[in-house]
Amino acid sequence: MEANYTELLAWARGPGFEIALAIFTFGIILRLLEILMLGRKKDYFVARESRFGGGFRTMFSRFFVSGKTLQRSWFIIVVGYAFHLGLFVVLFLFTPHIILIQSSLGLNWPGLPSTLVNTVTIVTLLAMLALLFNRLTHKVTRYLSTLQDYFVWLVVFLPLLTGYMAYNHMGLSYQLMLALHILSVELLMVVFPFTKLMHTFTTFTSRWYTGASAAQRGVNI
Amino acid sequence: MAKATFERGYNALKEQIDAPIASFLSSCVHCGMCAEACLFYAETGDPRYTPIRKLEPLRKVWKQEYTLLGKLTSLLGIGKLTDGELAEWKEYVYDSCTLCGRCSLVCPVGNDLVYMIRKTREGLAAAGHAPEGQIEASKRAIKTGSPMGVTLHALNAQIKHVEANTGLSVPLDVQDANYMVLLSSMEIVNFPEYLEAIAKIMHQAGESWTLCSDAFEATNSGIQIGSSDIARELVSRVVNNAEKLNVKVVISPECGHAYSAIRWEGPNLIGRAYKFKVQHILEVLDEFRAANKLKTEGFEESRLTFHDPCQLVRRGGVVQQPRNLLNMVSKNFVEMEEHGIDNWCCGGGGGQSAIEEAEELRTKAFNRKKTQLDQLGVETLVTACANCRIVMEEGLEAYQMDIPIVGLTEMLVEHLVEEGGK
Ligand code: SF4
Ligand code: SF4
Repeated sequence: MEANYTELLAWARGPGFEIALAIFTFGIILRLLEILMLGRKKDYFVARESRFGGGFRTMFSRFFVSGKTLQRSWFIIVVGYAFHLGLFVVLFLFTPHIILIQSSLGLNWPGLPSTLVNTVTIVTLLAMLALLFNRLTHKVTRYLSTLQDYFVWLVVFLPLLTGYMAYNHMGLSYQLMLALHILSVELLMVVFPFTKLMHTFTTFTSRWYTGASAAQRGVNI
Repeated sequence: MAKATFERGYNALKEQIDAPIASFLSSCVHCGMCAEACLFYAETGDPRYTPIRKLEPLRKVWKQEYTLLGKLTSLLGIGKLTDGELAEWKEYVYDSCTLCGRCSLVCPVGNDLVYMIRKTREGLAAAGHAPEGQIEASKRAIKTGSPMGVTLHALNAQIKHVEANTGLSVPLDVQDANYMVLLSSMEIVNFPEYLEAIAKIMHQAGESWTLCSDAFEATNSGIQIGSSDIARELVSRVVNNAEKLNVKVVISPECGHAYSAIRWEGPNLIGRAYKFKVQHILEVLDEFRAANKLKTEGFEESRLTFHDPCQLVRRGGVVQQPRNLLNMVSKNFVEMEEHGIDNWCCGGGGGQSAIEEAEELRTKAFNRKKTQLDQLGVETLVTACANCRIVMEEGLEAYQMDIPIVGLTEMLVEHLVEEGGK
């Protein structure tokens, strides 16, 4: 049996990863082109401010929420932040991940202690469960949610869970867990360009467009 | 106008889609935050009124026409837009949306939701699913120049009345004036004080101005209903006449969406810049104030607050001017908790107030403004939009609240120093 897992792991690390990376990269390029090539019509009104400043400002200002909006949506904001920051830490500040990125891209930066990342993973998983609970129980999110929302949730949850289990030698054999971890990441990469996961990139173009048009009207958002 | 069909509606939606919309639709994570920003959800708790849901027809067309995946699934007949669905969406795109733009401020991924809802209206209008009240208003606007059917005859009567009252002359069709003043039909019918106020202010400031007999209406029902053809026709009338009269500035009246229509949408509709400048009356008044051409005396006695018309603040950038002006005549001006670009809509903007069957919903939505007013305990409500004013007067009546509503321009005129500023 062990031999099979070695093979599986080797496939996941080799051809599997290459296929996933190709779909991920070309998919994202295709989707971004699909969006940007549509262009936008020229404006003929006399603008109060340039698009550039406002577009740039909103790309960052939307990270901050305050006042009544924070009060009204505090749960999704706090838990959403915990999840996003946690995911970022686990993905980019876990030393084995950095080594992997270094081996393919040549970039290198210091990671956090593994035990800390381990704790962050637990927080991230809990945040995801809380978000799922919210999605299922809040009347607006329950109403809005489609199959894709649940599917995407699962596809993000699995790499976190399998990674956590592999690191802590839980469940199945380490090799199998690691193989499952890598495969689940590959699944994530494959569906990424064709689902709402694209917001990782398009959040910035969206904020840009919204901020730019608000600035033209002299509205600072 | 061509006959309304589903095909025209579908194509109209298809034409609207640009890079910003594709980006917005790719970004939505279904977090639900936009619902909390919308007064229709906030006051009813009905998730069907969630802003992102209101543009579902647009999303379907985008998916089907502009994404690889959507093209494949639509081959299998999945996710196709139907005429029935378009018809059903009238309730979301018109009845429960005032195009107030509040939702566009909160979306974490930065979606400009109101931009998309406005575009979705183009599809419904072309497919013949716009509200009856708005269709009628647009027809009247095309035929008579005014959505309420107000004729030049009625305007002339009012001009005479104002001239008799003030002893000032109200110029009509004068060449080369600095300012050409537009009105909204509602002002001509319900608030004749506005024209009188303009005559007095212009006299004091010593500015040349004129009305135009072929283009006195500022509102644009084409934009509210979502028909670029009608909107273009209406805006062209103003532009052509203003350029013929060779005026320097066209003044949009106390009306929020009229300002949006002529200031922002107009030039894009006709595909060129104007040869004149467009200002909202509050911008003009604030300039007069800064140049010492607007002189007032005395202060209002009552405790008052200001209702920001959505199109002026969030979609227009006119935020500070009304505050400067109010402070000239009041020492007792208090702000609502959420004001300026965060204000809550009156509940009847964007043509919503022309929809009879949505009256109940409008009254419900007004509860938001009522709550804001209750918190302050003010005696007077000031605003700068004839439509907000009518909607709020009806709302206050429905909730049996006795707060007078005053237009800011008229309030200032009450305090104008006699003899003018010479
Ligand atoms: S707030 Fe933005 S991301 Fe959230 S549901 Fe609304 S449109 Fe989608
Ligand atoms: S524009 Fe205003 S009324 Fe329309 S959906 Fe957005 S918040 Fe609601």
